[in-house]
Amino acid sequence: MRSVVAEGLVALAEADERVWLLTGDLGFSVMEPFAARFPDRFINVGIAEQNMAGIAAGLAMTGRKVFCWSIVNFAVIRCLEQIRNDIVAHGADVTVIGIGGGFAYGSHGYTHHGVEDLAMTRVLPGITVAVPADPAEAAWVLAALGRQGGPAYLRLNKGGEPTLHETSLDAVPFGPMLCLRPGRDGAFLATGPVTGEALAAASLLAGQGIDMGVWSVPVIQPLDRETLTRLAKDLPLLVTVEEHVLSGGLGGAVAEAVAELPGPRAQVLRAGMDPAQPSRNGGQEDLRRTYRLDSTGLAERVLSARNR
Amino acid sequence: MTLDTVNFARQLRIHALRMVHRAKASHIGSCLSMADLLAVLYGGLLRVDPADPAWNGRDRFLLSKGHAAAIYYAALAERGFFPLDWLESYCRDGAVLAGHVTSKGVPGVEASTGSLGHGLPIACGMALGLRAEDKGRPDPRRVIAVLSDGELDEGSNWEAFLFAGHHKLSGLTAIIDYNKIQSFGRTSEVLDLEPLRDKLAACRWTVRAIDGHDHDAISRSLLAPPEGDRPTVIIAHTVKGKGVSFMENDLLWHYRSPRDDEFAKALAELGA
Repeated sequence: MRSVVAEGLVALAEADERVWLLTGDLGFSVMEPFAARFPDRFINVGIAEQNMAGIAAGLAMTGRKVFCWSIVNFAVIRCLEQIRNDIVAHGADVTVIGIGGGFAYGSHGYTHHGVEDLAMTRVLPGITVAVPADPAEAAWVLAALGRQGGPAYLRLNKGGEPTLHETSLDAVPFGPMLCLRPGRDGAFLATGPVTGEALAAASLLAGQGIDMGVWSVPVIQPLDRETLTRLAKDLPLLVTVEEHVLSGGLGGAVAEAVAELPGPRAQVLRAGMDPAQPSRNGGQEDLRRTYRLDSTGLAERVLSARNR
Repeated sequence: MTLDTVNFARQLRIHALRMVHRAKASHIGSCLSMADLLAVLYGGLLRVDPADPAWNGRDRFLLSKGHAAAIYYAALAERGFFPLDWLESYCRDGAVLAGHVTSKGVPGVEASTGSLGHGLPIACGMALGLRAEDKGRPDPRRVIAVLSDGELDEGSNWEAFLFAGHHKLSGLTAIIDYNKIQSFGRTSEVLDLEPLRDKLAACRWTVRAIDGHDHDAISRSLLAPPEGDRPTVIIAHTVKGKGVSFMENDLLWHYRSPRDDEFAKALAELGA
């Protein structure tokens, strides 16, 4: 999805001369086409994310549409205050693109795990936070953010994600959750490429007669409360799935919204990284297994919830 | 439009004192040290249009030391960006003018500041954006940012100094209000900036050091064209609390708000 977005940025820049791309010295082997095509609108600011965020805000204040590119923690956490004060508080047309969301850089170690970013960004007033699940969603989200403008945060994985959407998303409105599989017994609400694990878990459960739906949630903020309310009223169980710490991300957002619904409503289970669990070095798949975010782990969560 | 900047500076100091006293607010020392810089800038040097604050032909001014908001608001009000009586509401509940610089609802303010180390990176972005539009024009728009000395402790400024030098942002001018005092003590004791001129020159900026209370020197340093393609930084040597004898060069007035008797004495000194 990284290369899909890099290509999408070239298309956006072609269509709109206000589009600029900044990178914090990352994106080697994916940024080059943009840099070659639009050398005047591409700047490698160096390894200096605070400055990058401030520059992005300043550029946007002169009428530019700016995209910033770095690895999740550097793009978001290193310069969170610049994102808050300079970009979001001014409503600047800046989209921060974070690569390596969740456990994408698993084997690189904890410094490179992007697992608190959704909590930190989604609380900023007026921001859009988007997390595509596959390359198709990535292209569609970028196009939508290009139209809509910032402030926005786009969290990507890296590359090699399987395609989950069989049909084009071009005509699909941006914002609502996307149904990948309907189900009567409950639903997984997943965000990012780990949505593939939720789909696989739903298949495993179907073999045992349990009909779980799967919804991709590409937009965490603003959350699609309409669909969520309907699902929470119609179904007994909602399981949020994300490569993120348990609190504050998609699970947090869903739990907040469902808790305020009157009357009978679904039980909400959050699947994510439990910081109480001992840490472990491993790749993305290994860490998904560790935190029971793989298909087997997710299916087991549903089974034990139903047997409780 | 060019004002009598010396009298303008005196008016700004009086406004700031009244605002800070009324609101029992901090930072009068930080306001007074930059009164003369603001008086020259808003006395005619900056190309701005109070009747059309969003006029695209304007120079961009950023007050990165957003804690000195009171005197900045005073300059904007005196120039007619908004009514002078707004100043009376400074820091009041529900008022537009907050304790630190806010752009929301305040005509003439480019960006909200208050957390230090934010202004120069934003200024770099503005300078890049304006340069792209003004290429080849005889009178390109300028971006001018005023920073405090203590603020230079923030690493983000040094990212921006490196960046602007490397990218040859000659349309950018930074002014350092070097009053030598930050919140806990003298800058030389807290985190020494010296040799400041050498550090800034090493980042490939043109460095001009001036007496930040000498209006001719301020004006000359700001009107001198950029040297080659370098950005310009003006080290304005100033006195914290300048203009009120008992506030000058005294750490106390970074935070203390004047009591009634001190306020009266200060106003008298300024001929109010």
